[in-house]
Amino acid sequence: MTRQDAVAPVSSGVTFSGLDHVELARRTRRWGWLHYSRYRQAAEKPFFWTAFVTAIGNPVLYLVAMGMGLGSLVQGDVDGVSYLWFVAPGLLVATVVSTGAQFGTWPIFGGFKWMKNYLAAQATPVEPWQMAVGEGLAISVRMFVQAFLFWLIGLAFGAWPGAASLLVVPIAMLASMAMFTPLMAYSATLEEEGLQFNFVQRLIVMPMFLFAGTFFPLASMPAYLQWIGWVSPMWHGTQLARIVSYGMENPPWLTVVHVVFLVGCIVGGLLVAARTFTRRLVR
Amino acid sequence: MSVIEARGLTKKFGDFTAVDAISFEVAPGESFGLLGPNGAGKSTTMRMIGGTSLRTDGTLTVLGLDPETHGPEVRASLGVVPQQDSLDEELRARDNLIVYGRYFGLPMDYLKPKADELLEFAQLTEKANAKVSALSGGMKRRLTIARGLVNEPRILLLDEPTTGLDPQARHILWDRLFRLKEQGVTLVLTTHFMDEAEQLCDRLVVIDHGRIVAEGAPQALIRQYSTREVVEVRFGSARNAEMEGVLREMTDRIEVLPDRILLYDDAGEALLDEINRRGLNPLTSLVRRSSLEDVFLRLTGRSLID
Repeated sequence: MTRQDAVAPVSSGVTFSGLDHVELARRTRRWGWLHYSRYRQAAEKPFFWTAFVTAIGNPVLYLVAMGMGLGSLVQGDVDGVSYLWFVAPGLLVATVVSTGAQFGTWPIFGGFKWMKNYLAAQATPVEPWQMAVGEGLAISVRMFVQAFLFWLIGLAFGAWPGAASLLVVPIAMLASMAMFTPLMAYSATLEEEGLQFNFVQRLIVMPMFLFAGTFFPLASMPAYLQWIGWVSPMWHGTQLARIVSYGMENPPWLTVVHVVFLVGCIVGGLLVAARTFTRRLVR
Repeated sequence: MSVIEARGLTKKFGDFTAVDAISFEVAPGESFGLLGPNGAGKSTTMRMIGGTSLRTDGTLTVLGLDPETHGPEVRASLGVVPQQDSLDEELRARDNLIVYGRYFGLPMDYLKPKADELLEFAQLTEKANAKVSALSGGMKRRLTIARGLVNEPRILLLDEPTTGLDPQARHILWDRLFRLKEQGVTLVLTTHFMDEAEQLCDRLVVIDHGRIVAEGAPQALIRQYSTREVVEVRFGSARNAEMEGVLREMTDRIEVLPDRILLYDDAGEALLDEINRRGLNPLTSLVRRSSLEDVFLRLTGRSLID
C-alpha cells in the first residue's frame, strides 16, 4: 500500500506511449476554440429534448397567437403584405435573439461560478480567448438549428412568401450572436450573482421585443422611442429578415448599416469577451 | 536538469503577498511536496507553474519554458488535479475523460481506449456510464486524477489530492500515485496532511505565510527539527497551564497547545514513566514518533491545521 511496503515496482495500468506534447500544444494553439465548442455541444446533450420541445413549441405558440389571433384583428395589409407575412420574420428573429440573450447570461456566469467548466479547460492547453470563441461557435450552431426549426414550422402556417425566406435562418443566427457575444463578455466579469440578469431580461430583452419593430414597423412609433430599435440587434436582424422574406423595401445604405451593426456587435463582443475571459481566469 | 525551477518567485494580490520570493527545484521523477497551512501560498504557486496565475516577480521555468509566455506548451505536458473538482456533473464519467482529452487535441481513436484504461486505473470501470453527480467524493477525486493523466503528463500537479476523503479512499489514492511515480511521472503536490507528505514526498518544502521555512526529505526534517519521540499528555483544559512548569523541567522542549501538552524527548516511554511516577496523573497520555506536524510546530509556533 505505502512506499515502505512496496517491494517491486507495480504498474499503475496507465500506459505512457510517448505522446508528442509539442505537437499537442501546436494543435491546441490552432484549434483550441474548436475543441472547446465541441465540449459545449457535448455538455448541452443532456438537455436536448427540453431544448427541442421549446424550439418547436415557441414558434407554434407565437404564430398562433400573433399571426392568427392578433393578425385577424389587423385590418388590411401592413407594409404592403398580410400581417402574418409581416410578423413572422420578426417573431423568428426575436425568438432566436432572446434565446441568445439567455445563453449569454446564466450559463456563462455559472460556468465560472458553479460548473467550473472554464477552470477545467484552463488546466489544459486551451486558452481563455479560445473558450470565448468556442462558446460563440457552439451557440451559433445551436441558434442556426433553432431558427431553422422555426422556419419549418412557419412553412406549415404559410408564413413565408417564397424560398428566399430561408435566408432568415442565417440572419437570425447573426442577430442572435450580436446579442450573445456582448452579454457573454459582460457575464464573465460578474463575481457574485445579483439582479443584473433580471435587468438584462426585463430592461433590455423585453423592451427590445416590444419596441424593436417585431409586431409593428418602427416608424409607427413616436420618434423618441425609435432609438430602441436602432441600438438593438433584434431590429436590425428583423429588418434584414423582412427584406429576404417578403422583399421589404429598404434603402441599400440602410441594409448595409444593418449588416455592419450586427457584425460589429459580434466582433466587438468577441474581442471584449476574449479579454474578460482572460482577466477572469488568469490572475 | 530540473523539470521545475523557481527563483525568487513572488505573487502579490494588491498589498497582500501570497508567495514571497520562494526558490526551489524539482528533479525529473521526483515526488515533491509543498506543505503548509491553508492560505500559505501553495495553490497560488501551483497555478503559477501551470501559467494560469501571473507572477509579480522572480523567474520560473517548467520543462525549460516560461509558463507565462508558453502556457499551452507547458500545460500540454502537465496533468493538473485542482483542489476543487472541476468535473462536468451532467456528463458521464467516461465522457468527462474524453471531452477533457479533446482539449489537448487528442484524437478519438486514442481517447476511447485511453478512457477505458484510466477508468480501470481509477477503479471506476463499473461507473463508466454513470453521471458524475451520482459518484461519491472519493470516486470524483479518483476520476479527477484519472482525467489529469489523459495526456500522459510528464509532471502531475496535485493540489490537496485527498482533502475531504475518508482514510480508506486516501490509501487507495496514495497507492495509485505511488505507482505513477514508479513509472517516472514527476509528482508535485500540496497538502496540509503530514502523513500524506511523509507517505508520498521524496522531498518537500514547508511553506508559511508565502515563505519557505524549511526544505528537505521528510525524515531528515524530522531529525533536524524534532526529537525521535513525542509524549502527548492531557490534563484537561483547566490544569494544562498549571502543569506546564513541572513538565518543562523534565525535558528540553515542550509545547502547550489548547487541548494537550507535547513533550519532545528521544526516550518517550521513559519520560512517561517518570510523569506517572511523580503522580501527575494525566487524563490521557500517548507516546508517538515525531511527525512533520511537530516540525511545523517547531518552525512556526503554530499547528498545521487550525
